Amino acid sequence: MSLTPSPGHELPSEHYLNATYGIRSWLLTTDHKRIALLYLASVTFFFFIGGTFATMIRIHLLTPNGYLVTPENYNKLFTMHGVAMIFFFLIPSIPAVLGNFLIPLMIGAKDLAFPKINLLSWYIYLVGGGFVLYSFSTGGLDTGWTFYTPLSSVYSNSAVTPAVLGVFINGFSSILTGLNFIVTIHTMRAPGMTWFRLPLFVWAHYATSIIFILGTPVIAITLLLAGLERMFHLGFFNPVLGGDPILFQHLFWFYSHPAVYIMILPAMGVISEIIPTFSRKTIFGYTFIAGSSIAIAVIGFFVWAHHMFLTGQSPYAALTFSLLSYLVAIPSAVKVFNWTSTLYKGSISYDTPMLYALGFIGLFLIGGLTGLFLACLGLDIHIHDTYFVVAHFHYIMVGGAVMGYVGGLHFWWPKITGRLYPESLARIAAVTLFVGFNLTFFPQFILGYLGMPRRYHSYPPEFQVLNVMSTAGASILALGYLLPMIYLVWSMRYGKVAGRNPWPATGLEWQTDSPPLTENFDVTPEVTWEPYDYNNRPELGLAVTGEPSLAPAHGDD
Amino acid sequence: MVYITAVCVFFAVAITTAIVLFFFKYHRKSADDIGVPIHGDSRLEAAWLVIPAILALTMFAGGAVVYVDYRRAPLDTLDIYVIGKQWMWKAQQPTGLREINELHVPVGRNVKLILASEDVIHDFSVPAFRVKMDVVPGHYNTMWFRPTKAGRYHFFCSQYCGTNHALMGGWVTVMDPSDYAAWLSGSSDANANPVVAGEKLFAEKACNTCHLSDGKGRAPSLNGLYGAKVLLADGSTVTADDAYIRESILDPKAKIVAGYQPLMPTFQGQLTEEEILSLTAYIKSLGAQPVPATGAGIAPATGKK
Repeated sequence: MSLTPSPGHELPSEHYLNATYGIRSWLLTTDHKRIALLYLASVTFFFFIGGTFATMIRIHLLTPNGYLVTPENYNKLFTMHGVAMIFFFLIPSIPAVLGNFLIPLMIGAKDLAFPKINLLSWYIYLVGGGFVLYSFSTGGLDTGWTFYTPLSSVYSNSAVTPAVLGVFINGFSSILTGLNFIVTIHTMRAPGMTWFRLPLFVWAHYATSIIFILGTPVIAITLLLAGLERMFHLGFFNPVLGGDPILFQHLFWFYSHPAVYIMILPAMGVISEIIPTFSRKTIFGYTFIAGSSIAIAVIGFFVWAHHMFLTGQSPYAALTFSLLSYLVAIPSAVKVFNWTSTLYKGSISYDTPMLYALGFIGLFLIGGLTGLFLACLGLDIHIHDTYFVVAHFHYIMVGGAVMGYVGGLHFWWPKITGRLYPESLARIAAVTLFVGFNLTFFPQFILGYLGMPRRYHSYPPEFQVLNVMSTAGASILALGYLLPMIYLVWSMRYGKVAGRNPWPATGLEWQTDSPPLTENFDVTPEVTWEPYDYNNRPELGLAVTGEPSLAPAHGDD
Repeated sequence: MVYITAVCVFFAVAITTAIVLFFFKYHRKSADDIGVPIHGDSRLEAAWLVIPAILALTMFAGGAVVYVDYRRAPLDTLDIYVIGKQWMWKAQQPTGLREINELHVPVGRNVKLILASEDVIHDFSVPAFRVKMDVVPGHYNTMWFRPTKAGRYHFFCSQYCGTNHALMGGWVTVMDPSDYAAWLSGSSDANANPVVAGEKLFAEKACNTCHLSDGKGRAPSLNGLYGAKVLLADGSTVTADDAYIRESILDPKAKIVAGYQPLMPTFQGQLTEEEILSLTAYIKSLGAQPVPATGAGIAPATGKK
């Protein structure tokens, strides 16, 4: 197998992890790679918190009347699960960890454009997270992660104000990260790294950064208004004070729908790196994959009111938003077709990142196709606000975004730590995750179609069998998440030394040491090759078959 | 539904098969193998842009037809008011009969529910009828359905509304028309009649001191108002429906009838949603009264209902 490193590999004597020592060297670092690791630790912490809430939810739903927690506490569990997972794990996970670590390496730069602002983003994230944890531990939060008014701004008795402030503050972290990425990608590419030689991972992050910058301010303002209404009774959304609760939903979804693309686009970027690497061939339709990332980011801003088909909004608005929602499905479909075609006549290996990538395509496919049901106005009347929706967005966010994140962690783990993870254990974990995930969430599609509403602490007994299946799946899923947490930490010390380019892959990040120097490269690299072009890279030491390819990757698109 | 499922299953199976097939067929033969470089194919790209787009448009069209029909209730409906409040549902039949967490309807009639909320956003949902609609404070939403089979069907609150959201449900009882009529008369209560209750409130709240029926008061006569077009001070017109009447009671200065001063005080916080519905029912009943020659503020072209 290609995975076995040749025996001669040794860790480089000097790299970003051993350049300096001590707690100060980490807390005051401006190295994008160290900041990425700080984010890795903190998003993992929030994933653990969110996961604990999810576990309690699934245990509670084992029986129709639920004996584990009171209705109030159940409502707090699903709310805090959503807030922790969405705002503090999913949104920052791939951009702030993998994006932060890899974008400068991939474009041949020494760091991001604004290293200090990068560190500042992490501290802002911590402050926001602190407020939210304060809310969780002093009364909790029971508004749903959607903070719908006037429930959140008037009627809720839980700690809404600190939570809203926490999410508000955390928004600035996203904005600064997006700004940093855009400036870096525009100004710091190495000689020869043209726009159409950029790895698709970078394109995906460029599209994501656009959403960060344009969308996040809107949610920040919206939550601030809800907070002001709660604290000072200013009437924005409460009809008794002359406000309109539907206005809140428009503002909220204007960000929160594109936020779904913040989660999935970077994962698509990860998949677009993994698939050519483990098929050892150039990606099929480079420009179409890059362009579809931008198309998703742009069209994604014009579909928000499909969350509101049944709020009583004008039927004309509903028709428009349904049509646009169907349109946003097209660029996603284009990506899936291109990934699948990339496999054709490849040299495919069964390494763990590839298992995650193919799992991603399968789960994203189901998540995406069930979106067609929800975008359909007539069908949405029935399945809106049921478990069908819950299953749909978990397929996208967990089946898609989290699979992409975990797959990406495995793929770049040798670069981040200099060591390999244990391959066979990792394959077992990948398959466990896939099976556990489907067993958890597929029954929820059926539950939703049968009419079980979301956010119910108790349910009619006819829904019990499917709920038990879902909980059984969740316990397998939990095991699938615990395994990598354990062996990845183990491999940091005991894993085999990886060498510069264990797979081998074609990206610039693999041309430098593992782990890289603090400055990333000894000399600024010059790019003379097209992306993913295995045929013109003799230094990778692979057997070049067939005629060497001369056309640029996007030449015949 | 069947169409979308068929298309989705087709694509899911096709792509999964392709992936599994390629995965095994093109498995790496030796450690230093590489794949055949294929950069793309513009005909294929065009095909998988256009074909899914066409399929998506047909799905959109199918859903749109159902939705537009659902949002536009037929004219001959049996109107029932439903009020959601944390955490119960109150329904009021046209006769004024009230129910809590129960709803009785006859087979074969088009039933329209007019939905109002006392507090937060709720959602009235009957999975067996494939219908639901949000119940939004400050708005009236409507939904309609036509029961076809007698029986008892679950209804739920589908929009998260706080602590006992999951308990805020009940049963729709669909009855044969004769049983329904018997059920209605068996428990009739004259005082519950919303028109009577509304008339009483109209006097209690001193509405009748300004809104004189002959049009000579400080406020426009309400005779013939319901359903008519009202001419406003800014020259525009508005149809006097439930939402307009509600707004005029709670926020009288929002729309001023042409030829009148904005004198009316707000009744925000002084009336429950139920009382507003009673007043509306009473004003509706005035629709049959003759419109005075002057002072109803009704736009001339439309005439009375």
